[in-house]
Amino acid sequence: MLKYQSQAVAKPYFIAAIGLFVAQILFGLVMGLQYVMGDFLFPEIPFNVARMVHTNLLIVWLLFGFMGASYFLVPEESERELYSPKLALLLFWVFLVAGALTIVGYLAVPYATLAEITGNDLLPTMGREFLEQPTITKIGIVIVVLGFIFNIGMTVLSGRKTVVSIVLLTGLVGLAVFFLFSFYNPVNLVLDKYFWWWVVHLWVEGVWELILGAILAFVLIKVTGVDREIIEKWLYVIIAMTLVTGVIGTGHHYFYIGTPEYWLWLGSIFSALEPIPFFMMTLFAFNMVNRRRKDHPNQAAVLWALGTAVTAFIGAGVWGFLHTLAPVNYYTHGTQITAAHGHLAFYGAYVMIVLTIISYAMPLLRNQGPAATAKAQKMEKLAFWLMTLSMAAITLLLTGAGVMQVMTQRMGDAPLTFMAAQDNIAIFYWLREVAGVVFLVGLITYVASFFTSDKVKTAA
Amino acid sequence: MSDRFTKSMARNIYLGGGVFAFLLFLGLTVDTMERLPERDHRENITPAVALGKKVWEDNNCIGCHTLLGEGAYFAPELGNVYTRLGNDKEAIKIMIQSRPVEGVPGRRSMPQFNLSDEELEGIAEFLKWTSEINTNNWPPNIQG
Ligand code: HEM
Ligand code: HEM
Ligand SMILES: [Fe+2]
Repeated sequence: MLKYQSQAVAKPYFIAAIGLFVAQILFGLVMGLQYVMGDFLFPEIPFNVARMVHTNLLIVWLLFGFMGASYFLVPEESERELYSPKLALLLFWVFLVAGALTIVGYLAVPYATLAEITGNDLLPTMGREFLEQPTITKIGIVIVVLGFIFNIGMTVLSGRKTVVSIVLLTGLVGLAVFFLFSFYNPVNLVLDKYFWWWVVHLWVEGVWELILGAILAFVLIKVTGVDREIIEKWLYVIIAMTLVTGVIGTGHHYFYIGTPEYWLWLGSIFSALEPIPFFMMTLFAFNMVNRRRKDHPNQAAVLWALGTAVTAFIGAGVWGFLHTLAPVNYYTHGTQITAAHGHLAFYGAYVMIVLTIISYAMPLLRNQGPAATAKAQKMEKLAFWLMTLSMAAITLLLTGAGVMQVMTQRMGDAPLTFMAAQDNIAIFYWLREVAGVVFLVGLITYVASFFTSDKVKTAA
Repeated sequence: MSDRFTKSMARNIYLGGGVFAFLLFLGLTVDTMERLPERDHRENITPAVALGKKVWEDNNCIGCHTLLGEGAYFAPELGNVYTRLGNDKEAIKIMIQSRPVEGVPGRRSMPQFNLSDEELEGIAEFLKWTSEINTNNWPPNIQG
C-alpha cells in the first residue's frame, strides 16, 4: 500500500519512538512520587537522575518521530524513492544504541563519574538542563542528524520540490544548526545561559514549529483532499508569524538572568504575539477539515491532527502567554507554572504531531490499507482522550500548585521558605500523580490499539 | 484565505520576515554582549569560580535546583543562596557537606557528593559570584 517502498524505513523509527515514550512516562511517575515521598528510590535514583532520563527520553523520542515522519513523507512529496534507505536504517541503529547507552550511563553510575569517564573536561558541555548528555553523545547526535539531513536533502533536492518538503528541510537544518550551540559552554554563567536558549527556545518556538507545520500540512493534504495550493499558503503565513514573533521572543528568557533591561520590553512584546501562529494553526486545521473533499477512513488521524492544533494553542499559546509578560514572569519565573506550561506545550505541539503522523502512516506501513480496523481506531481514540484529558488535568493541577507557590513564597510580608511552601501544596502533587497514572493507562491503551485482533477493515 | 493573497506573497512574507527577525536578533545580541561586562562582573571570575561552575555541572545540580530561575523546581533557588545564608561561604559549604548518605526518611534530600575542600571552596565562590549578577532585582524576595 506504500506509494514508495523506501517509506518503510519510517516504521522502526516510529516503533522506537513509542517505546521510549513509555519509558519517559515511567520516569515521570517516579519523579511525581518523589515530589511527595522525598525518599522514594533515594539514593539509588535521585530526582536529578530521573529528571534527565525523563526529559532526554522525551527529546530523543521526538527526534525519532521527526526522522520517521521525514522518511515517510519526503518520498511521497518528492515523488521518488529515498536517496538511501540503507543509510536511514544504519543511522537508526546508531541512534538507538547511542541513546540507550547514554540512558544506561545516567542510571548506572553517579553523574560526576559519567562526566569523568566520558572525558567531559576535554570539552565540557554536560550538566546543563536538557543538555545533560555526555559530549561524545552530543557528537553522536550531530553525526546522526547530519547523515539524516543529507539523506533527506538529497531526496528533496533531486525530486519534486513542494512547500511542505522545503519547509520541513529548513526546519531540520535549523534544528541541527542551533544544536551546535550546545557545544558552547563559557565559564561566564550569563553567557552560558544566553546561548543555551539558542538551543532550547529557538528549537521549540522557532525551527521545530516549521517541522510541526510541515507535518500537519502533509497530513491535512492527505486526509482532507483540499487543494495543495491553499494548504501551502496557510503554511507559509503560519511559519512567517512563527519567525517574526518567536525569534525576538527569545527575549522572554532574558528578563532576569543578567541581560540588559531592554529585554523586559522586547521579550514581553514579541513573545506576547507568539500565540498568533498557534492560533492560526487551529483555524487552519479546522478550516481544512471543514472544506474536505472526501471522508478519509482514518478518522483517528483526523482527530490527532485537530487535537494537535488545539492543544498546541492552549499549551504553548495560552499557557505561554500567561507568564510571558515581564511583570508576571517576575513572580512566576522558575515555579510550577513553568512546569505546567512546559508539559502542555510539549505534549500539545510535539508529542501530538508525532502521534498524528504515526496514526496516519502506521496502517500504510503495516499493509492494513489506508486505515486501521474500526476497533483499533476506537481504542486509539480512547487513548487520545485519556492522554489528552489527563495531561490537561496535570497542567491545571501544576498551575494550582504554582499559583499557591507564588502567593506564599514570592509575595507578602512574611514569605515562606521554598520547602515550607512545597509542603503546603502537597495535595496538588498527589493529584498530579493520580492524573499521571491515568496518562499511563492512556498510553498503554494506545500501544494496545496496535495489537487488536479484529481483522475486518473499515469501509474505505 | 482570499485568492488575491497569493502563495508567492505568503512566501515573501515568510522569507522577508524570517531574515529580518534573525538579523535584528543578531544585532541585539551584539549590543547585549557589549553591555554584559558591567552587569555580570566577569572581572571577578577567579579560577575558584570557574572550578565551582565545573563542580556545579559535573554533579548536575541543575537537575533539582533552579539557578537564576532556570533548572528544576524540586529544590530551592540558588542564585541568591549566598545572601539567604547570611553572606556566608562557610554556611554553603557546611550545607553541602552535611548531607546524610541515606537521605532523610520521607523527605526530599540532597545526595552526599563527597566534594574535596577545594571543590567546596569553588562551589561557594561560584554561588557568591552568581549572587552578584545584576538580575533586574530578581528574585522578588530572599526566599528565591
Ligand atoms: C510548542 C511550543 C513551546 C514549548 C514546547 C515550550 C516549552 C517550554 C519549556 C519546557 C519551558 C521551561 C524551560 C526551562 O526548563 O527553563 C518553557 C518556558 C517558558 N515558556 Fe514556553 N514553550 C512553548 C511556547 C511558548 C510560547 C508560545 C510562549 C509565550 C507566549 C512561551 C512562554 C514561556 C515562558 C515565558 C517561559 C519561561 C518560564 C519561566 O520564566 O520560568 N512558551 N517553555
Ligand atoms: C505521567 C505523566 C508525567 C509526570 C508525572 C511528569 C512529571 C514530571 C516532573 C515531576 C518533572 C520535573 C519538574 C521539576 O523540575 O521539578 C517533569 C519535567 C518535565 N516533563 Fe514531565 N511528567 C509526565 C509526563 C510528561 C510528558 C507526556 C511530557 C511531554 C509532553 C513531559 C515533559 C516534561 C518536560 C519538558 C519537563 C521539563 C519541564 C521544565 O523544565 O519546565 N512530561 N515531569
Ligand atoms: Fe521560550
